Amino acid sequence: MISLLAGRLAQSIFVMLAVAALAFALFRFVGDPVAQMVGQETAIEDQERLREQLGLNDPAPVQFLRFLGDMATADFGYSYRTRQPIGEMILSRLPATLELAFVSLIISLLIGVPAGIYTAIHPRRAASSAILLTTLAGISAPTFVIGIGLITLFGVQLGWLPTFGRGETVTLGWWKSNLFTLDGWRSLILPALTLGVYQLTLTLRLVRSEMLEVMRTDYLKFAVARGLDWRAIHYRHAFKNTLAPVVTIVGLQFGGVIAFAVVTESVFQWPGMGLLFLDSIRYVDIPVMSVYLVLIGFLFVLVNLVVDILYLVIDPRIRARAEG
Amino acid sequence: MALLDIQDLSVSFETRFGKQMAVDGYGLSLERGEIHGLVGESGAGKSTVGAAILGLLPGGGQIEGGSIRLDGRELVDLSQRDWHRLRGAKISMIFQDPQTSLNPLLTIEEQLVETILTHTKLSEAKAKTRALSLLEEVGIRDAAARIADYPHQFSGGMRQRVVIALALCSEPDLIIADEPTTALDVAVQKQVLALIRRLATKRGVGVLLITHDMGVIAEITDTVSVLRDGRLVEAGETNRVLGAPSAPYSRSLIASVPRVEKKVARFPQLSDAGPRRGARSDLAQRGAEWLLSRPGAGSKREGDILDLQGLSVSFRSGGGLFRQSRVVRAVKDVGLRLAVGETLGLVGESGSGKSTIAKALVGVHKAQAGALRYFGRPLALTEKRPARDPSRREIQMIFQDPYSSLNNRWKVGAIVSEPLRFHGLCKNRREAAAITTSMLALVGMDPDAVGKYPHQFSGGQRQRIAIARALAARPALMICDEPTSALDVSVQAQILNLLKDIQDRFGLAILFISHDLPVVRQMSDRVAVMQNGVLVEEGAADAFYKSPRHDYSRMLLAQTPSLDKLADPQILAAQTVA
Repeated sequence: MISLLAGRLAQSIFVMLAVAALAFALFRFVGDPVAQMVGQETAIEDQERLREQLGLNDPAPVQFLRFLGDMATADFGYSYRTRQPIGEMILSRLPATLELAFVSLIISLLIGVPAGIYTAIHPRRAASSAILLTTLAGISAPTFVIGIGLITLFGVQLGWLPTFGRGETVTLGWWKSNLFTLDGWRSLILPALTLGVYQLTLTLRLVRSEMLEVMRTDYLKFAVARGLDWRAIHYRHAFKNTLAPVVTIVGLQFGGVIAFAVVTESVFQWPGMGLLFLDSIRYVDIPVMSVYLVLIGFLFVLVNLVVDILYLVIDPRIRARAEG
Repeated sequence: MALLDIQDLSVSFETRFGKQMAVDGYGLSLERGEIHGLVGESGAGKSTVGAAILGLLPGGGQIEGGSIRLDGRELVDLSQRDWHRLRGAKISMIFQDPQTSLNPLLTIEEQLVETILTHTKLSEAKAKTRALSLLEEVGIRDAAARIADYPHQFSGGMRQRVVIALALCSEPDLIIADEPTTALDVAVQKQVLALIRRLATKRGVGVLLITHDMGVIAEITDTVSVLRDGRLVEAGETNRVLGAPSAPYSRSLIASVPRVEKKVARFPQLSDAGPRRGARSDLAQRGAEWLLSRPGAGSKREGDILDLQGLSVSFRSGGGLFRQSRVVRAVKDVGLRLAVGETLGLVGESGSGKSTIAKALVGVHKAQAGALRYFGRPLALTEKRPARDPSRREIQMIFQDPYSSLNNRWKVGAIVSEPLRFHGLCKNRREAAAITTSMLALVGMDPDAVGKYPHQFSGGQRQRIAIARALAARPALMICDEPTSALDVSVQAQILNLLKDIQDRFGLAILFISHDLPVVRQMSDRVAVMQNGVLVEEGAADAFYKSPRHDYSRMLLAQTPSLDKLADPQILAAQTVA
């Protein structure tokens, strides 16, 4: 088991190195950082001095190693645009994005998994067709259309929910949270729903097709032939066997939700990392962009590592292979 | 009153072509402690009868009429809910493949206890004790320790025992066993059949045993019924039906079963299933002439076509980017010899390395050690044989599964003519087409098969196409890897007769690989026995079957279901003709 995890860890490090190389390439190929930082009046000598100070004259491998070192020690440097430490900027934005992603994932699981099981167990009922059709619409419409639709309905027409921003937040240390006030939840619900619709549909359809697949297996037929309770057949035997692929996709989705929160955050003016990233692109704030890239890559890798560990918990065969 | 009483049962399936009767007027009466065999070829409706009794007909299936009574209680009118209450409680089922019929994520104990708790009012602790005693009863050694294991930690035979224990959890009155030993090796098959017999007698359980294997029927059933196309052909006591079948179909079905006791020149065939000859014999004749006219056929090559020495093959299994893989030694230091025109039967249980030898001979698997001489000329045992080496053409292979050995996206004409084109055996397209149709005629296929796709043919026809493809290369040696084990007995008889004919006419050498000792006896001049990658015995076939020298060979022969109850095939064949 240790060797399996060590192997996965080594793979993760490879992936992180590749992501870091991409992020580093941003510096080298997207414009001249010094030209971004200084005004037109700055003397050439001053620009040269700045270049030397920032280490931009060193050979590329040296710069890359320094970049790796900085990233590994969470020394993210300063934004070109705001001159603030990037670490602080990210930290102030991170909770908003994580809460948004987490709540939308929960929504998608709470609705998607039971609905998937239902449509698999009763494939011929009208309700199943209705669920499948509705969610097909959900997956076909682009995120921003859904977001704007929800704003129009609940924010503008009905006036029930706020249309932008985080609303009231509670501060726990450096973490600003929406989850402890009613107003916070009111602000959170629309963006979380918008972000969750796509994941919901994907989860539902995946659970459904995996369940249908498992229902065709001999061991399920044998469970039916032994006259077990239908509840045990559906959940203990069928659903448990669909978990491995579902966990994989949900894990990937969580990474995806964080990465694709950009669109939702911009529709709802949600002050998270996605919005920060959009602003950075607008002002060619390369350090922020590359740190964002590295962090998102890191989150993906982390989630996948968790998924691998969950595999071991779920499937004894994988456990056996890991031990053998 | 009989435990199970089926009368005039009819089952239909809704298909694209309208309603089709899968079972038509079947009847059966089964007592407690009796084992009834339900036998027939694929598509006869055997499994449908079993599914109908359990109320688990697959989608589109429907009971059209008749009655199924269990202990006098009518099942046909039951609601789905009541039927489900009956499943497990009164009727249990044993499935064919123990590899797939256990839930991989739950331990054996969890699955047993769950089933016991569903059907009894025992406490959880008592259910555990019960589960343990069941495992001991079905012969799991060291049951107390193994009960916490997962299914993947058991071998195939042990898993089938676990499946049987699961089927017994609720103390059912009736067990339906659908091909319970087909996926098992002979030695394990014998044990599992003996277990079923013992449990039926001891517990007074009625068993409906569904199988295509006459040997299994002869081994343990008390009574038998023969099904064909959903209709009951003949029923009665096993000894009587197998020994003196009255219906022509059961006579010819039994006659086409290969016997381990004696060798026959040709397999008697089902009267109406033989390859069509006559009008097409001119084509077949031309094909035969083409095969005989092979360049160099005049200067007869004598002696050993194959001389293999010290073959060892191992592969790495498992392993990944960061994990150590294990080395599996599949074949260890095996030597084989094969003369021109001779058939060598290579037998052994699954995993003994038979197929690996075949693959090494044709250069698909790389061998770690060994020397191969082909007509006295050294031949590399690697994937890197030159494409134009004559051995590439002269050694041809026929595979076990005719459903996956033909390219489904090619027409049959293209499949059969590929060797002609690749090896440059014909001058032009017209000649290629002519040879292709004559090869198909030679294996008893119509020339219009050329324009069809493989999926339009049955398993037996596909295997003929595969043989035609091998013949088109003008082979000197055919390697047949379980060529008939996916086929019904009547089709098997046709294919084996065809192979014999081809060998007689063209002097082919055949390496015949099979786990089926009776079939090998019919086909081989010499026999070689493999066990765990080692060649344990080799010798003339007649001597081998009369007095095997090695313990393992003796065990294999002893475990092969005996058919000595059956009538003599020659007599049966004579009856069929008459």
